[in-house]
Amino acid sequence: MNRAMIRYVTSWILRLEGLLLCSSVIIALIYREFDVLPKYLMVIAGCEALGFLLAQKPEDSRIYQKSGYITVALAWIVMSAVGALPFVLTGEIPNYIDALFEIVSGFTTTGSSILKDVEAVSHASLFWRSFSHWIGGMGVLVFILMFIPVKGGSQMNLMRAESPGPDVSKFVPRVHNTASILYKIYLGMTLGQILCLLIARMPWFDTLCITFGTAGTGGFGILNSSCASYTPVQQWIITIFMIAFGVNFSFYFLLLFRKPKAAFKMEEVRAYGLIILTSIVLITVQIFSRTTLYHHLGDAVRDAAFQVGSIITTTGFSTTDFNQWPSFSKWILVLLMICGACAGSTGGGMKVSRILVLLKTLKKELLQIVHPRSVRKVMLDGETVEHTVLRSINVFTAVYFLIFGLSVLIISLDGFSMETNFTAVAATLNNIGPGLAGVGPASNFSAYSPISKLILTFDMLAGRLEIFPMLLLFVPSIWQRS
Amino acid sequence: MQIIIVGCGKVGSALAAKLSNEDHNVTVIDTNAERLNHLTDLYDVMGICGNGTDYQILERADIQNADILIAVTYSDEVNLLCCVLAKRASACRTIARVRNPIYSTGRDYIRRELGLAMTINPEHAAAREIVRLLRFPTAIGINSFSKGHIEMFRFRVPDHSPLIGQAIKDAKILQTDGLICIAERGDDIVIPDGNYVVQKNDKLSVILSPQNALKFISDVGLKTDAVRNTMIIGCGEMGYYLAKMLLNMGIKVKIIERSRERCEILAEHLHKAQIICGDGSDEDLLREEGLEEMDSLVACTGIDEENIILSLYAKNKIRQKVVTKMSRLEFNDVIRSLDLDSVINPKTITTETILQYVRAMANSYDSNVETLYKIMDDRVEALEFAIHRNSSITHVPFEDLHFKKNTLVAGIYRKNRLIIPDGQSYFVPGDSVIVVTTNTGFDEIGDILETKVRS
Repeated sequence: MNRAMIRYVTSWILRLEGLLLCSSVIIALIYREFDVLPKYLMVIAGCEALGFLLAQKPEDSRIYQKSGYITVALAWIVMSAVGALPFVLTGEIPNYIDALFEIVSGFTTTGSSILKDVEAVSHASLFWRSFSHWIGGMGVLVFILMFIPVKGGSQMNLMRAESPGPDVSKFVPRVHNTASILYKIYLGMTLGQILCLLIARMPWFDTLCITFGTAGTGGFGILNSSCASYTPVQQWIITIFMIAFGVNFSFYFLLLFRKPKAAFKMEEVRAYGLIILTSIVLITVQIFSRTTLYHHLGDAVRDAAFQVGSIITTTGFSTTDFNQWPSFSKWILVLLMICGACAGSTGGGMKVSRILVLLKTLKKELLQIVHPRSVRKVMLDGETVEHTVLRSINVFTAVYFLIFGLSVLIISLDGFSMETNFTAVAATLNNIGPGLAGVGPASNFSAYSPISKLILTFDMLAGRLEIFPMLLLFVPSIWQRS
Repeated sequence: MQIIIVGCGKVGSALAAKLSNEDHNVTVIDTNAERLNHLTDLYDVMGICGNGTDYQILERADIQNADILIAVTYSDEVNLLCCVLAKRASACRTIARVRNPIYSTGRDYIRRELGLAMTINPEHAAAREIVRLLRFPTAIGINSFSKGHIEMFRFRVPDHSPLIGQAIKDAKILQTDGLICIAERGDDIVIPDGNYVVQKNDKLSVILSPQNALKFISDVGLKTDAVRNTMIIGCGEMGYYLAKMLLNMGIKVKIIERSRERCEILAEHLHKAQIICGDGSDEDLLREEGLEEMDSLVACTGIDEENIILSLYAKNKIRQKVVTKMSRLEFNDVIRSLDLDSVINPKTITTETILQYVRAMANSYDSNVETLYKIMDDRVEALEFAIHRNSSITHVPFEDLHFKKNTLVAGIYRKNRLIIPDGQSYFVPGDSVIVVTTNTGFDEIGDILETKVRS
């Protein structure tokens, strides 16, 4: 394993994080929050100094697949460990484990919070919290790949480890060109949302924070009521952009740079759209006709659409306390949590393409029992899904549910209800944010014990990095020199 | 540039690696997903799994915006068809590897009519290279510049050379006829200055004009006579081309080939050659066929190891030249340490020839490098520049220019003559200049100076 290279990449991460923290300094200056300002400056200075010390470029800049996974996992851990410091130093989240939970929730675009009163937090910290969504959404290493001089296929090994989806591929021959295309699309859509929300007369600070939360499919709100107090127009804008950020970015690449027709033929995007529509219709019908919560159909549709968009893209904003909804609707939301957004988007979860492939495999296996001699292949977008990809999807699913089960088991020790524990893990492992019952949109994660918080923190990182990079850290032979 | 490579065998992979390291955007198409994955793990290239003659696959590789398509699959027909398809789809240039002898006579016709930029036959190219070596048996390798008017010879300093023990600036013959531009001693490669003292067994590369070559070679104590006869062991396609070329030059050829069938085919096509059906790795057979009376031996069986053993065995028995054919691209260090005479690798030659074309094309876009050789495992570059009218470093004696370290102006080609530069030499517009350097990334002649001067 190339330890020197891991150190080098980490130094880049630190320096970049220092740079990104400067945005909070600007916010602190604007809001004259002079008590938190020096704390942020301290962290920035620390980042830059440490980054500078470690920045010696190694001679061998090759990163093979194994080190790629480890580099990415460690980079995210370092980034989170440092990113939590401002909260502790400013005293807004005095406990380090809580602060770590909060920032990991930010970087992994989860949006679960342990803050009881969000509105009491300084603007600088609120901004840093939301900005971390935007940073984590597309991936930090993908960003660094645009500048970092690494050799050959090494970049691909980093990108593959960080980007969500069963089969990560490039748009164009070079990784750094691919990364810059991804970031151009990301930046363009972010600016688009900012513009729309400003036109809809949302205050600019809210606009920035909400947009970052949407773009990264994160979900930190800056009000205790999340998005409930925004106007219907603003809510619709957020809904549409949430769903847009959950679409596979190769859709946009095809749409903008290649063949728009092929873009709309992508099976994953079609399935994603279908799932969203069906869920919205089912939930609307139930909450409008079977409950007394809504008097206007428009309100019901808006809330249903917002919630479905928010949950399937794993954003986690809320406009209403969906904990009050009947259990059929709630269960749809839980299923959407596990399903997640498209591969290659900023969203989390298992990803629509994995579910599609799994269902197709199931169909194939069933038919195989009926016609034992039949020969079939699993196809996606008119192409055979390679055996290795199928295998990795199967293994992913198995490991996913294993971690799910074990996490629920451990946090059950805290004595909360089953629904609370189950959805707490679902909400963190899938990077959503709020769950149901005790961790529903109206509550938060602060009641859990420190150990449970660490478990949930691990789940968030595992969910964001698609499990394997985090699991590899626990394989002893990875650390042996050989 | 946007480059598409169809087929990622040894040549395709080597091309992808080199071109991607030279900052081109490379897309590789192959039907074998595993090989592609391996390649994309190692280099920053994009892999597309599929057949290069499938138009949809080409479209996915973004053929519309490609600058060059290089087809190097194992099948000639696939290569040609790929190129024709690509040509129809876009304005890209196409290069195909075509190795079947059936196509070899009509090569130019095929190239022209199908609109290819270049076809390359590895075995033919390798045979041509071997002929060049046999013409000057004492050279280890020869590169040519200025359309063949200047050549760079690489040779080993012989035991009794007058050069031994002399510093370059004191050796008289070196001032007029040629300039030593690269010296290898063991594993070290240096661009020598005037104080470099030549030792026995150094390998020197020297810039010469072909007319002076013979005189120079005899001056440094090397034999000058071309070979009169050659033994070719193992006679595949390359051996066939080689035998044919040599016979045309009036050199006697003795072929030892194991397969009876092959021997009969060869006998049909090569009337003048002496064809022996037998095992070339049999010591007795070799002795019987008069190995020790041979001027030269070319070991080109299909097995690298056998070729190496044969060459090592023959090294002290053959009078002038032993050429070893290799098809493997790895383990260059080991091969070098074996102290073989000349090693020829058709795959390397193919790769290098294609690379030269691509580099020249890339350079015509954004710099004025005319030829670029990467030699000695890419550790040294030999470049040829054209000096333009408005260049600011013309008419300045070299004494007053500060060249970068490890950079040497090795020759100036002016008015159909090679000038070996010294301190009083200067550039004149219209010159063709050969620069040898261990630095990389030179785009224009001004880059050879310590302080940047726009030319």
